Amino acid sequence: MGSDIFEVSVNFLKMIVIFLMMVQLVPLLVWVERRGSAFIQNRLGPNRVGPLGLMQLLADAVKFLTKEEFVPAKGYRFLFYTAPVIALIPAALAFGAIPLSAPIRVEAFEWLGRNWGPYTFAFQSYEIGIGIVFVLGASSLAAYALLLAGYGSNNKYSLFGALRASAQTISYELALGLSLVGVLLLFNSFQFSEIVAQQAGPMSFQFLGKQVTVPFLPNWGFFYQPLGAVLLFTAFFAESNRLPFDLPEAEGELVAGYHTEYGGFKMNMFYIGEYGHMMVASALMTTFYFGGYTIYPWLTQESVSSWFSQFTPTQASLLTALVLHLVFMAKVLLFLWIFVWVRWTLPRFRYDQLMDLGWKTMLPWALGNTIVTAIVILIMRTNWSGQ
Amino acid sequence: MSQLLPVVVLAIFVATFGLLLMFLASLFGAKGKKSATKLSSYECGVEVAASPTTKIPIKFYLTAILFILFDIEIIFMYPWALAYGDFIEAGLGIYISGAMAVFLAIFIFGLFWEIKSRALEWE
Repeated sequence: MGSDIFEVSVNFLKMIVIFLMMVQLVPLLVWVERRGSAFIQNRLGPNRVGPLGLMQLLADAVKFLTKEEFVPAKGYRFLFYTAPVIALIPAALAFGAIPLSAPIRVEAFEWLGRNWGPYTFAFQSYEIGIGIVFVLGASSLAAYALLLAGYGSNNKYSLFGALRASAQTISYELALGLSLVGVLLLFNSFQFSEIVAQQAGPMSFQFLGKQVTVPFLPNWGFFYQPLGAVLLFTAFFAESNRLPFDLPEAEGELVAGYHTEYGGFKMNMFYIGEYGHMMVASALMTTFYFGGYTIYPWLTQESVSSWFSQFTPTQASLLTALVLHLVFMAKVLLFLWIFVWVRWTLPRFRYDQLMDLGWKTMLPWALGNTIVTAIVILIMRTNWSGQ
Repeated sequence: MSQLLPVVVLAIFVATFGLLLMFLASLFGAKGKKSATKLSSYECGVEVAASPTTKIPIKFYLTAILFILFDIEIIFMYPWALAYGDFIEAGLGIYISGAMAVFLAIFIFGLFWEIKSRALEWE
C-alpha cells in the first residue's frame, strides 16, 4: 500500500473517501429516480421536505434507522444478517479499481524535519494489473448476496426471486464478457489507465498498415465498437436487476423478490448494492467507450493542466485531477440518468423472453461483434506492403 | 500479494461499515412486541401456504451448467485478445486468427447445438 507512513495513510484515506462517495451518491440517485419518475409520469414527486425535496433523503435515513429489527421465525438467522453486508462488498470492490481521474503527482517536500520523496497517487482505491478481469470477477460476486438473502429468508417468494436473479445474472454475464473481448482486441490491455490513455488523443487508426488521423473526433472506443457498447450497456441492466430486466423483484408475481422479508437498513443495503452496480456499470461504459476522464479537443490532461501553470507542480497536478474528476463524474451521471430514464420508459419482459434475449440474441451478436472486430483489426493493422 | 492487500483492507472496511449500520439500526430501532403472526413468512397477509423447499424447475440448474461451459470458453478468449495486437505487429496475425477460428468454430457449434436441442426453452 505504500513505502512510508505518508503514502500508506493517504492511500487508506483515499480508499475510504471513494467508498463513502459511492455510498453518498445512493440517496442522491434515489432522489433523482423519484423526481425523474415524477417528471416522466407528469407528477410532482417528493417536493415538501426541504428545497426541491432534497431533505427527503435525510428523513428517509432517519426512518430506516428507527425501523424494528427482526428475523422471520422460519429464517436462518446467520444467512439473513450476512446477505445485506455481502451485497455491499462486490460493488465497492469493483468501483475501487476504476480510475476516476488522472493520477496526482506530489513532488518531494520537507515536513517535520524529514524529506518525503516524490509520490504518484492514482485516483482510485487501488491499481490492479488485471483491472478488467478483477472488476468482472468482483461484481459477479453480487449473485451470492441475492442467493443468501433468498435462502436465508426461507420464504418462497424470496427463494424464487433469488433463483431468477442468479439465473439471469449468469446468463447475461456471457454477453457481458464476450462484448468486452472487442474492447480488449482494440486496446490490447487489461489496465484501465492504459485504455483511457489510448483514447486521449484525436481519432487515429491504422488503415491497411498506414496511420490515419481524423483531427476533429476523439479516439473513443464507441466509434470502433458501437455494437459492443450497446450490448455491454444492455447486459449491465440485467446484471444490476434493473427494469426492463427486474424479474427478480417483479412485484406483480413475487411481492418484492429476494428482499421480501427485509426492512429498514438491511433493505437499504441491498439498494446501496444495486445503485453501486449501476455506478460501476456507468464508470465502465465511460472508461471503455467514452474516453474516461478526458474529452479530446477541450478537456485533455495537457490542456487542463495548462490552466494551472501559475501554481506549483503539486497544486497544479491536484487541481487538474479534480477538474478531470468532474468531467468523469459528468459522464457517469449521464449514464446513471439513462438507467433511470429506461426504468420509467420500458415495460418488464416475461421470463422466457428475458432468457431468449440473453442466450439467443445477445450472445450471437456479441460473438459476431468479436469475429468482425478481429477480422477488421487483422486486415487494417497488418503491414501488407511487406517490411 | 501487495497488490491485493488494499482489496482485503477495503473488503474488511466495507463489511465493518455494513455491520455498524445494522448495529445502529438495532440500537435505535423500535422495540415492538413479537407475535407469531408478525414473525411468520410474508405472503401478502394470507396464511402461509406451501414450504419454500418445494420443487424447483430443473431449468435453473441446466442454465447454470451451460453458463459454466460458455463462461470458461469466453475467458479463454481474453489472453488471446490481449496478445492479438502484438502478434499482428510481429507479422503472425494469420496464425493467431487461424487458431482462434478453430476454437470459435467449436464454440459456435456448441451454441447452435444447445439452441437446437431446446436446452434453452422456457415454457
